[in-house]
Amino acid sequence: MIDWRRWAGPGVVILAAAAGLAMLEVSGQAFWQGLAINLAIFSILTVSLNLTSGFTGVFSLGQIGFMALGAYMSAILTLPLPEKAAYLPNLPSWLAGVHLDQRIGDVPVGFLVATVIAAVVVSGIAWLVGRVLMRLSGHFVAVATLGFLVIVRVVLFNADDFTRGSRTFSNVTPYTNLWWSWAWVLLVVYVVWRIKRSPYGRDMFVQRDDRSAAQAVGIRVMEPRLLAFVVGAFFSAVAGSLYAHFITSFSPTVFYFDLTFRVITMLVIGGMGSVSGSMLGAILIVGLTEALRRVEDATLLYGLSQIILAVIFIVVITVRREGLLGQREVPLDRLFMRRERAPATAPPEPPPPT
Amino acid sequence: MIDYTIQQIINALSAGSLYALMAVGLAMVFGILRLINFAHGDLMMIAAYIAVFSLGAGLSVAAALPLIVLGTVIVGLLMERVAYRPIRGAPDVAMLLTSFAVGQILQNGTLLVTRLAGKPTLIAFPSPDILNGVVNIGTLTIPKVNIASFFAGVILLGLLSLFVTRTTLGLSMRAAAEDLPAARLMGIKVDRVVATAFAIGAGLAAVAGFLYAVQAGQINPYMGFTPVLKAFIAAVIGGFGSIAGAVLGGYVLGFLEVLVTALAGIGDLLPAGSVPPEVKSFLQQWLPSGLASWRDAVVFVVLILVLLVRPQGILGRRSREDEL
Repeated sequence: MIDWRRWAGPGVVILAAAAGLAMLEVSGQAFWQGLAINLAIFSILTVSLNLTSGFTGVFSLGQIGFMALGAYMSAILTLPLPEKAAYLPNLPSWLAGVHLDQRIGDVPVGFLVATVIAAVVVSGIAWLVGRVLMRLSGHFVAVATLGFLVIVRVVLFNADDFTRGSRTFSNVTPYTNLWWSWAWVLLVVYVVWRIKRSPYGRDMFVQRDDRSAAQAVGIRVMEPRLLAFVVGAFFSAVAGSLYAHFITSFSPTVFYFDLTFRVITMLVIGGMGSVSGSMLGAILIVGLTEALRRVEDATLLYGLSQIILAVIFIVVITVRREGLLGQREVPLDRLFMRRERAPATAPPEPPPPT
Repeated sequence: MIDYTIQQIINALSAGSLYALMAVGLAMVFGILRLINFAHGDLMMIAAYIAVFSLGAGLSVAAALPLIVLGTVIVGLLMERVAYRPIRGAPDVAMLLTSFAVGQILQNGTLLVTRLAGKPTLIAFPSPDILNGVVNIGTLTIPKVNIASFFAGVILLGLLSLFVTRTTLGLSMRAAAEDLPAARLMGIKVDRVVATAFAIGAGLAAVAGFLYAVQAGQINPYMGFTPVLKAFIAAVIGGFGSIAGAVLGGYVLGFLEVLVTALAGIGDLLPAGSVPPEVKSFLQQWLPSGLASWRDAVVFVVLILVLLVRPQGILGRRSREDEL
């Protein structure tokens, strides 16, 4: 038996968002459509980083490395054969014949398959890396994952046969549109939300808040961390694939520290541990970046937007370290429930049964 | 072959000196505050820019050098006062992230200033003549800047070791690194100690930045990122938080990097007949000349291995806090 009141809140929001996207699609405003896709990609990145780092306290700086791998893998898979022969002549034979550019009707099924394949392979890599790195804590894990980012970059620069090295990887088909990108946002929000409310999610938060106490009552530390790391990597790779098929040409330099820091800013401002906060942070920072970019163009003070973002970041982390929402959520699922069961903010998570 | 080896050892000592100069600054601050200051690399960058402007204004090296060091120290102290003091004692990761934000501000501030001054993003570094060219010793050819880097490292690190062992302020600094609350109870002024650590770190980074810019030949606002990563690795290898460890780690890293570069393509370099052909083909297969461009990846793999196997580094003491 489905509890309709529980689903009414999210349902209304999803329908409203779909109506908004449809209007945006019809309006034909290319600038706002691009901004909406950009926002979707950053939302996916922020929510998945929140799962990896905010939920578990294991701060990963390697997320953009997974995004880069996802972008390159899916782009190689979807590249049509003539382009593939021209741009990547040295691909090994088992890959040279693959061209996931099929459509069924209007739907680019090949793109979906390529994205999922890339995300699954990246998850496998994340599992291997995570098995080793999740043993570390605090800033040591941050630096080790930063090392992973550097290693991915070196690999991308040197694997000429696959990535064209430092040259631009271009001619990717622009499959990413409003519907693809926001459908993935919906999925990542749903999955991460469910994880947060699951026993695994509670384990993540508990071992974050007090590892010794968690271990003492028999809560596992490695498994929840690894789950968060792998699922986060999966969706980061998806974001990479969407990004690759959105801007259609890119090089390894894109996927480096600037992007990492921007996603971290969104996460910290929204609140580590809150899915709603990540969405809020992404909206605020994407909007602010766009506005500041116009100021930069008008005043020619390039660099100003980054400075302002960094200052905001320092102020938030100094004055309100938990971010705007902390660990709280906007309780959409209680929107249409009776009032006494719908407090303005969700109560703190009860301690897990021991 | 002997010449080649000696040449590489000199390269390693010179690179190691720069890494050690940088790593010491990171380690001193980390030892006291548990802050990994990633903006430390941007102090190098600031020093290089002050150097460009002061040398460009016609100053000699001897006149410019105090200016470079002083300017960088001021930036280092400002950074501590404005950004790091308010969040002292915050969780490790919050401090780490703040240092990234500080780095962004310094990089983009520099970008903004150079644009306003009508300069391009990438500036050729006006190396002073005294550091240009090479010295010939017997059959060896050594760039002057490598010799300068080596001696700068040895002399400055020697002075630092005198400072931390022979002066009251140096001793307070070590006491604060040992146990901050206890040091405070003993009447040590923590603010002063922290400021000193930042000032010394910035001064050493200024010298390293100047020499680094001479070696690189050009500078840009983002040039500090890779050196600070390297310095960090050096500090971790040696034992984070320990000054001696940072120095040792700097030289270990210098040798490691040179080893990777020197061994790349060694199979091709060996004269025919000097080794059995199987050995030669083995070397060509496993140490191809392309390996040199993988150097950064190799170095980071070593970092991750150190973190996993011996997280306290070569000289550090074991703490249970950072392991599972």
